[in-house]
Amino acid sequence: MNFLIGAFKPACNISITFSDGKTRKQVPVKKENGQTVMVPLFQSQENISGKISIEPFQGKKIEHNGVKVELLGQIVRELDVPGDIYERKTYPFEFSTVEMPYETYNGVNVRLRYVLKVTVSRSYGGSIVEYQDFMVRNYSPLPSINNSIKMEVGIEDCLHIEFEYNKSKYHLKDVIIGKIYFLLVRIKIKNMDLEIRRRESTGSGANTHVETETLAKFELMDGAPVRGESIPIRLFLSPYELTPTHRNINNKFSVKYYLNLVLVDEEDRRYFKQQEITIYRLQDS
Amino acid sequence: MLSGAEDEEKWLAEGIAGIQHNAFYMHQALDSNNLREALKYSALLLSELRTSKLSPHKYYELYMRAFDELRKLEMFFKDESKHGVSVVDLYELVQHAGNILPRLYLLCTVGSVYINSKEAPAKEVLEDLMEMCRGVQHPVRGLFLRSYLAQITRGKLPDIGSEYEGDDDTVMDAMEFVLQNFTEMNRLWVRMQHQGPGRVREKWEKERSQLRDLVGKNLHVLSQIEGVDLGMYKETVLPRVLEQVVDCKDDLAQYYLMDCIIQVFPDEYHLHTLETLLGACSQLQPTVDIKTVLSRLMDRLANYAASSADVLPEFLQVEAFAKLSNTIVMVIEAQVDMPAVGAITLFVSLLTFTLRVHPDRLDYVDQVLGACVKKLSNIPKLEDSRATKQVVALLSAPLEKYNDIVTALTLSNYPRVMEHLDNGTNKVMAMVMIQTLMKNNTCISSADKVEVLLELIKGLIKDVDGAYVDELDEEDFKDEQNSVARLIHMLYNDEPKEMLKIICTVRKHTMTGGPKRLPFTVPSLVFSALRLVRQLQCQEGNIAGEEMPATPKKIFLLLTQIIEALSTVPAPELALRLYLQCAEAANACDLENVAYEFFTQVFVLYEEEIWDSKAQVTAIHLIIGTLQRMDVFGVENRDTLTHKATGYSARLLKKPDQCRAVYACSHLFWVDNQDSIKDGERVLLCLKRALRIANAAQQMVNVARGSNGPIILFVEILNKYLYFFEKGNEQITSAAIQDLIELINTERQSDSATRDTASDAFLASTLHCIQFQKQKGGVMGEKFQSIKL
Repeated sequence: MNFLIGAFKPACNISITFSDGKTRKQVPVKKENGQTVMVPLFQSQENISGKISIEPFQGKKIEHNGVKVELLGQIVRELDVPGDIYERKTYPFEFSTVEMPYETYNGVNVRLRYVLKVTVSRSYGGSIVEYQDFMVRNYSPLPSINNSIKMEVGIEDCLHIEFEYNKSKYHLKDVIIGKIYFLLVRIKIKNMDLEIRRRESTGSGANTHVETETLAKFELMDGAPVRGESIPIRLFLSPYELTPTHRNINNKFSVKYYLNLVLVDEEDRRYFKQQEITIYRLQDS
Repeated sequence: MLSGAEDEEKWLAEGIAGIQHNAFYMHQALDSNNLREALKYSALLLSELRTSKLSPHKYYELYMRAFDELRKLEMFFKDESKHGVSVVDLYELVQHAGNILPRLYLLCTVGSVYINSKEAPAKEVLEDLMEMCRGVQHPVRGLFLRSYLAQITRGKLPDIGSEYEGDDDTVMDAMEFVLQNFTEMNRLWVRMQHQGPGRVREKWEKERSQLRDLVGKNLHVLSQIEGVDLGMYKETVLPRVLEQVVDCKDDLAQYYLMDCIIQVFPDEYHLHTLETLLGACSQLQPTVDIKTVLSRLMDRLANYAASSADVLPEFLQVEAFAKLSNTIVMVIEAQVDMPAVGAITLFVSLLTFTLRVHPDRLDYVDQVLGACVKKLSNIPKLEDSRATKQVVALLSAPLEKYNDIVTALTLSNYPRVMEHLDNGTNKVMAMVMIQTLMKNNTCISSADKVEVLLELIKGLIKDVDGAYVDELDEEDFKDEQNSVARLIHMLYNDEPKEMLKIICTVRKHTMTGGPKRLPFTVPSLVFSALRLVRQLQCQEGNIAGEEMPATPKKIFLLLTQIIEALSTVPAPELALRLYLQCAEAANACDLENVAYEFFTQVFVLYEEEIWDSKAQVTAIHLIIGTLQRMDVFGVENRDTLTHKATGYSARLLKKPDQCRAVYACSHLFWVDNQDSIKDGERVLLCLKRALRIANAAQQMVNVARGSNGPIILFVEILNKYLYFFEKGNEQITSAAIQDLIELINTERQSDSATRDTASDAFLASTLHCIQFQKQKGGVMGEKFQSIKL
């Protein structure tokens, strides 16, 4: 029995700690199984360093062909030449100024992860592998050009409106300010909402798969306006779980955001106009 | 299926339950200082207000529930130590709510705390709240939300002297805020008219009307802002409010708001912005009940004028009358469809205003009446009873104000207005005039005014064309004519010349009255003329020699003509009495021929017109009585007249009447204070003749009924005997008296005598009198001693 148990148990405990693990910012990440775990946060050009400890279980010896740590898809560091580990052995590691141009992204059909992978290679019994997720967020400066979105739309002899959003690029904690001006109203409007929609497209060419989610539904107006009425927009983005806009990441996927202005009439017919906006992450000042 | 009302009750109950449910959790959150939960449940609670199912009335109930809960939340927000979030952050946090209505209620609530904290200028917070509230365009929900905004910002406006006033926060901002809220609320309110469910439109309009005070409340708040002085009101507040009122083009709103403006702002402001205010009036929808609005304005101004004499110059300064008057004329011209009653109501209000503010300006009063005449020019006779009522009010107002009909008589348009009344109302109005005159005991003392007055009340004086005589109630007619008769006595001047003119004028009018009226009016006129005669008679000595316009002779001539008019009625008995009155007056004036002429008329009437025996008895006694008092006649004339009188007396139908007339005639021959008329013999003849007739009467009764008649005639004759005996008529002796007494006693004791207590008592008194005279002693006592009882 004992043997059997031993055979299915890992031979050792591998722990990965980051050098500034106690002070580094941790952010929640939803795992595939739905659980949320806290992971450390990095950004591009940072050093990723720490220690990896391998501790065999009592009285066991790990015979290995080498120990390595990889920053997946990127870099491999050989930590140890082949040999035996009898007791706890700690390897410091460091990947300095790592280029991580893409942010961690957790989508419907696509995830962009950063993972540290420690491999203890063995000639028999299979290699022992340990993973450690961490998160990457990259910050953008204030865009030098940020035009407002202004547009006049309508259905002939039925509804004619002009709307304006103060910017075309919003950071994650931004506020959308704007207004809707009613030029002609011949339908009985019940209410008007502003929606934030995320469009995630994966694959390319014929295999492109698009998933659209409505992240926010914000009521702008209650009741029917008359001609000449001007309705204010003030939508705080902070309560919503947004990510920056991602465009054609590694030819694999894109994430785009849209503002969808929806008018609903008394027969529950919907009239809408969708406008793309860019979301970016602004460095906290 | 539930009916509409039951449905509503159900929905309201559900809404209240929803509020209570969420309020429970909100309270828990508040108690445990859990901001997140508090926000969550307050938003849920407020979501109940998103309903569209309730009528405004029921929605109000729901709103009040939510309102109470929001007070608790506001207290919590105020205390940062409880939730640990700065008010600035809180102001953002509540805006995360996805539904607009809960979001805005929460925003207003935090906004109030924000202003209170002074962390931002009040002006900025107010402006932001005002702007954000635009998101609710649903009329009922919007109205209540903005009402909440108005409510919660009360006392937080940067008014003069308020703690929220600052360099950048001025009363202008406070005013701007309220004005804007007013404008937006009114727009929402007006919009409701198009949105009610068609089938219950009427009910909906009623409910809409119930919401009006939410809108009007803003005007009240404006009037309460200390810093809004006359200047600011004139320059900004009023023009802005009126712009909104005029532009909304909704009659319900226009009427209510105009009235509201008039009621909430001070009278002084109205006076100084009259032009603007009135300018707006003429721009309102034609269906607006503008007359009530203007009437209320004028009432208020009139009361203001009455409050202190100091303010009157202001009225003159702003030419209040001219402005009001012009507006009314304009409004009436513009609103072609306005019924006459509306226009006249306006004139009544203007008149009331004028009478209170400019009591000295009769020309204004006349002007108002003139305008009314103009309006009525195309309506010959009013048929609308309400319009008629207003005209009566219009015409009565000056009478009441001046307590003096004379003033009304100087108003040239007064009679012209009256012409538009139907005959019945015209009479009512005429009666009012007469009553006013009576009440104030006013004399109309010039012929001109009399002319005007009689023209005014002509409905009473004569038959107007087209009036049905049979429509008259006999009682009413009598009342009216009695009033006219009384009125004639009020037409009086001390100056004979003028008085004669007055009499001629009255005569001219009353003579047209026709047979039904003359019996009422002629006596008054006759006595009025006789009063003048008496007056002239007193003055005669003083103004001798002058060319007299009014002489008794002339007047008597006139009187003859007046009384002759009664022949058309005919009313011979009345004419006879009046002639006798005239004769007596002529007697006093020493005009023998005139007096004789009157008596001639009297006898002619007696002979030709008076057929009824009872009337004859009355007439003959009147003639005898009058003739007895005449002292103007010479022997010949007197003889003729007394002869006639005695002759007619003896020819009366019934014996007792004959008897009484004949013994009455005895006085014609013995006048106490006239020595020339003491013809004892003819007195005795009369009495003897009376006795004969009494005997004959007695016999006739005996023949007819088999019993003796009453002895009353004998007792009466005995009294005459005693009278003349006492007066010293030698022809009446004590023996004759004694004989008569015995005769009476015999008659009484005869078997067939009818006992009659009245005669017995009379006899007893008579005998008692004789006894008394006897005991008196002296000459008279001695004289009576010879009568033995």
